[in-house]
Amino acid sequence: MHARADLPNPLPRPAGELEELKRLWNPPRGLRFVTVINNNYIGVMYVGTAFLFFVLAGILALVMRVQLAAPANDLVGPQLYNQLFTMHGTVMMFLFAVPAVEAMGVLLLPNMVGARDLPFPRLSAYAFWAYLIGGLVFFASLFAGLAPTGGWFMNPPLTTGTYSPGINEDFWLLGIGFIEISAIAGAIEMIVGVLRTRAPGMTLARMPVFAWSMLIFAVMIVFAFPAVILATALLELERAFGWPFFDPAKGGDPLLWQHLFWFFGHPEVYIIFLPAAGMVSMIVPAMTRTPLAGHRFVVLALVATGFLSFGLWVHHMFATGLPHVSLSFFQAASMAVAIPSGIQVFAWIATFAKGKVAVKTPTLFVFGFLGIFVLGGLTGVMVAVVPFDWQVHDTYFVVAHLHYVLIGGMVFPLFAAIYYWTPYSSRHALSERVGRWVFGLMFVGVNVAFFPMHVTGLAGMPRRVYTYAPELGWDGLNLASTIGAFMIAAGVALFLVDFARRFRMSAEANAGNVWDAGTLEWLPSGNYSSRSIPLVASREPLWDQPNLAHDVAAGGYFLPGSATGGRDTLITSPVHARPQWVLRMPMPGWPPLVGAWFTAAFFLLLTFKLVIPAAACGAVAIIAILRWAWSLDPPADVAPVSIGGGLRLPVYATGPRSQAWWAMVILMLVAASLYGCLLFSYLYLWLVSPAAWPSAAALPGIGYPLATAACLLASSAAVGYADRTLRRHGHCYPLAVALPLAVAAFAGSVAAQRRLDPGESSYGAIVHAFLVVDGWFVAVALVLALFALARQRAGLLDRTRRVTFDNARLFWHYTVAQTLAGLGMVHGFPRLVS
Amino acid sequence: MLASLLEGQQSVLAPRGPVAAEIAQTAWVLFAGAAAIFAIVLALALFAGFARREWAGQLSEHVLIVGGGIVLPVVVLCVLLAWALLRFADLPLASASERLLAIRVTGEQWWWRVEYLDANGQRDFAAANEIRIPAGRPVELRLESADVLHSFWVPALAGKLDMIPGRTNRLRVRADAPGEFRGQCAEYCGGPHALMALHVIASDPEAFERWVAAQRAPGREPAVALHERGRALMLAHCAVCHTVRGTAAAGERGPDLTHFGSRRSIGAGLAPVNAGTIASWIASGQHLKPGNLMPEFAAFSGAELHALAAYLENLQ
Repeated sequence: MHARADLPNPLPRPAGELEELKRLWNPPRGLRFVTVINNNYIGVMYVGTAFLFFVLAGILALVMRVQLAAPANDLVGPQLYNQLFTMHGTVMMFLFAVPAVEAMGVLLLPNMVGARDLPFPRLSAYAFWAYLIGGLVFFASLFAGLAPTGGWFMNPPLTTGTYSPGINEDFWLLGIGFIEISAIAGAIEMIVGVLRTRAPGMTLARMPVFAWSMLIFAVMIVFAFPAVILATALLELERAFGWPFFDPAKGGDPLLWQHLFWFFGHPEVYIIFLPAAGMVSMIVPAMTRTPLAGHRFVVLALVATGFLSFGLWVHHMFATGLPHVSLSFFQAASMAVAIPSGIQVFAWIATFAKGKVAVKTPTLFVFGFLGIFVLGGLTGVMVAVVPFDWQVHDTYFVVAHLHYVLIGGMVFPLFAAIYYWTPYSSRHALSERVGRWVFGLMFVGVNVAFFPMHVTGLAGMPRRVYTYAPELGWDGLNLASTIGAFMIAAGVALFLVDFARRFRMSAEANAGNVWDAGTLEWLPSGNYSSRSIPLVASREPLWDQPNLAHDVAAGGYFLPGSATGGRDTLITSPVHARPQWVLRMPMPGWPPLVGAWFTAAFFLLLTFKLVIPAAACGAVAIIAILRWAWSLDPPADVAPVSIGGGLRLPVYATGPRSQAWWAMVILMLVAASLYGCLLFSYLYLWLVSPAAWPSAAALPGIGYPLATAACLLASSAAVGYADRTLRRHGHCYPLAVALPLAVAAFAGSVAAQRRLDPGESSYGAIVHAFLVVDGWFVAVALVLALFALARQRAGLLDRTRRVTFDNARLFWHYTVAQTLAGLGMVHGFPRLVS
Repeated sequence: MLASLLEGQQSVLAPRGPVAAEIAQTAWVLFAGAAAIFAIVLALALFAGFARREWAGQLSEHVLIVGGGIVLPVVVLCVLLAWALLRFADLPLASASERLLAIRVTGEQWWWRVEYLDANGQRDFAAANEIRIPAGRPVELRLESADVLHSFWVPALAGKLDMIPGRTNRLRVRADAPGEFRGQCAEYCGGPHALMALHVIASDPEAFERWVAAQRAPGREPAVALHERGRALMLAHCAVCHTVRGTAAAGERGPDLTHFGSRRSIGAGLAPVNAGTIASWIASGQHLKPGNLMPEFAAFSGAELHALAAYLENLQ
C-alpha cells in the first residue's frame, strides 16, 4: 500500500472494504424489496410512476379529443367530459409534472453532487409510496364516476357544497392534499441534499446547473405550495361545515380562492419548468463536448425566474374586473419573466456555437424543446398584454399556449433526459433509431395538435367545453388537433415499447458514460454511488481530471468504504463544501412504507366520510411514523472517524450543522408561508366585507388574548429553561411544564370565540380558521415535546445527544411566535380599525 | 377554417365594434412581432448547431447572451409595454356625463338573464339569452351572477368580463353597424357550460326603439283555440318558474317567456325557435342539454305538447 501525493487515501485499498460497502448498500431481497430506500431505486420507481400518470392522463386527453373531433358529438356527455378534463389537468399537473422532475432529482442529485444518497432516504420513500397509492386511488375515482368535475383549478362557488353536492370535489381536495405534502417532503430533501451533502471542493460556483435548478425548485415549493394547501383546507371546511370563506352572501369572496390558488399556481409552472431547464443545461454541454456558455448568467436566470414568478399570479385573473392599475403591474411583471428564459435560450445557442453538436436523440429533443418552448413563451408575452388576454383568456388560444410551454418546456426536456440518463440507470441505452421516430412523431404531433388551437381560440372556442355547434366552422381545426394528439400517442407508445425492451435497471452494471460527459453522476458507480467521494476542482470534473474515474473507483478519494460500520455519507458546508462530519444513514425498513400506506388510507377514507376507519388508519400511520422517528438521532458518543486526507470527522452534529436542524428550519418556512397566506386571507375578507367585522366593543375581552399570550410566552420560557438544564444537568424535564401551558393557551383562544358562529359570516369563518391552524400547530408541538421527553426517559437524550430536543425547541418557539402573530391579527386588527 | 377565423360570428379577428377592433389590431401586431422573433431565434439555434464550425464560431458568446438574452428582450418588452399601456389608456366610448342604456345581464346555470334598466336603474323589462342594442350607440352591460362564476364574452364587440356572485362588473360596448354576433360563457360553470351561448343583435336606432316598445308590451294574446289550450297548460305547469307578462305566470327561476317566440334561439343558443324545437325542449330537454335545471315534462301527451308549443311560438 502506498500513498499517492494527490490522493486522500492510499492505494490499493484493504481487502474486504469494497465488499463491505456493497453488502451494506445492497437492496433488500425478495418481498422485502419494497422496503428499499436507496435513491437509485426510489428514483427509478418514482420516475416510472410519474410516467404512468403521464400515460393515463394522456389517454384521458385522447378520449376528449375524439369527442371534440366532430361538432355536436355524443361519444361523451358533459358529466363524464367534465370529469375527464378535470382529471387530465389535475393528474398532469400534480401527479405527473411536479413528481417527474422531483423524481429526476431523487435519481440523479446524490450521484451528481458526490453523495451516497439523499439526506433523508426514508422520507423520500414515504413520499413516494404516499404518492403512488394516493395517486392511483385518486385516478381510480374515474371508474366509480366519482372523479372531481370542478376543473384542475377548482373555482368556488361551483366547487362548494351548494353546487357540487357529491364527494367528487372532496376527492380532489383530500386526495391532492397529501400529494402536496409529498412535494414538501421532497423539497426538504432537495434543499438539504444540494446544500449540505456535496463532494468536498464542489463550491456553489462549481455545482452543476441541475443542482441549482433543483435547489430553486425546492425553495419555490416551500413558498408556493402552502398557499394551495391553505386554500384546499378552507374549501374543505366550507364544504364540510359551511364556513363561508367564498360565499358572498355571508361576506366571503370567490376571488379569495383565486388569489390563493394562483399565488401557488403560477410559481407551480416554473416549479415544473426550472428543473427541466436545468436538465437541458446538463445535456447541451455533454452533447457539444464543451462547457456551458454563460454558466453564471444561467444560474442567475434561474434564480431570477424563481423570484419573479411569485409576482405574476394575477395574470390568471385579468378578466375578473380588477382595477386597471393592478392589472398593469402584473402585465409588466408577466412580460419581465420572459427575460431570464431568454438568457438561458441564448446561453444554449452560444454553447452550440462553441462546440460540435452530436446529433443523438437527446439533442433532437433539446432542439424540439427550443422550438416549441420559445413559441409558447412568445404567446405567453402576447397573453401578458391585458386587452389581448381579455379576448383569448379561457379560450383554446390559452390551451395552445400552456401546452406549448409545458410540453415544450418540460416533456421534451424530460424525454431528452430519459434518453440521456438511461445509460446511467440501465444496462443498455435506448435505441437511437427508434428514438428518432419517437422524436419525429412527438414533434410533428405536438405542432399538429396544438398549433391549430391558437386559431380555434381566436375563432371563438372557449375552454372546457364538451362539444361545439356545427355552424361555427371549428370542425376542421378540431379534427386536426385530434389527429395530432394521436400522433403524440403513437410516439409515446413507440417509446414505451423500446423502453420495455431495453431498460434493465442497474446501478453497478450500467451502460456507463456513453456520452463522455463531464459531471460526477457518470463516475463508475454502484448502489453506494461512487466507491469514494471525489475532491472536486472544477465544473466538469471528468473532463478536467483525466484519472478521476479510475482513482474514485479504486477508492483513492474520501470515504472509500463505510467509516461507521453502516451506511454513511459526507456532510459538507453549504457554500464551499468543506467536509464537516459524517452522517450515519438508515437501513431499509417497513415503517416508511407502512406509514405511507396508512396515511393515504386515512385521507381517502376521510373523503368517503368513513370517519372511524379513517381514524384507525391514521392511528396506524402515526404509530409507524413514531416507530420510524424513534430510530432517528443515533448515539452521539461515537468517536470521530477518518475519511482520508488526514481528516477525522465527527459522526454527530447539533445546531445549524445538523441536517435535522435544517429540515426543521425549512419546515418552519413552509409553516410561515402558510400562516402568511392565512393572515392575507383575513385582511382580504375584511377588505371585501368590512360590514361582517365586529366593532371593538363586540370583540372578546382583551383579557383573553393577553392571558393566552402570557401562557404562550411562559411555555417558551419553560422550553428555554429546559434547554439550560439540558446543557448543565443533562436532562430536559422542565419541558413538561410547557405542555399544560400550551394547552391552556389554546383553550383560552377557543374560549374567547365560543360565542362566534363560524357558519354565519366570513368573519366567523376566518377566525375559526385561525383556531384550526393554531390548534394543529399546538398539537404538533406537543407531540414533538412529548417525544423528546420520552427519549429523555428512555436514556436516549442527553447533554450531547440532543437533536430531538433541539428540533422540538425550534418548533415550539416558532409555534409561539406564529400564534402570537395570529392573536395580534384577530384581537388587535379590529380594535385598530374601529 | 380560415373563414371561421376572419369572418366568423364569434371570432376575435372579425371585430364589429371599436373595443374589439383595437384588440384585433393589437393581435396582428403581436403575431407579427412574435413570428419575427421566433424566426430569428430558431434560425440562430439551427445555425449555431449545424452550420460549419468556422462560421458558427463567429457568433460571440457575450453578444448572444447579453445582447440576445438581456438587451433585446428588455428593449422589445419595454416598447411593447409602453405601446400596450398607451394604446389602451383610454378608450372612451362615451363622455363621462353621457347616460348610457344600461342592461343587467345575470349569468345563471346555464342561461343568461337579461334585464333592461330604466333611468333609475330599475327593471324596465326582462328577456333571456339575447341582447338587442342600438347600432352606433354605446351601452353599459352590468354583469352579475346568480350562482357560480360565469363570463360574458361576445368577441365581435369586446373582450370578456367575468360574472362573479356578489359583484357587479360593468362592460361598455358599442356595435359599429347593425349585425348579429354570437357569444358564449367563457368561465367553466359546470354541467353543460358548453351550451351556454347568447346572441347580440345590433339594429339601427329606429328599429331598436320599436323593438323596445314591443318588448314592453305584454305577451301576445292567443289567436286560436290551440293557443288557448296552450296558455292554460302554461299557467298550470310553467308559471312556477317562468313569467309571461299579461298572464298570471310570474315565476322568476327560469327565463322570461313574454316574447320568447321571436328569439333567435331556445336553450341559450342551442337551436332555433319553432314549434318542433319547443316541443322537444319541453319533453326531453335533458337529452338536448344534459344537467340543465329545467325538468323534463315527459308526461304531456302529444296533443298537449302541440298546443303548448304553438302558444309559446306565438309569443312573438
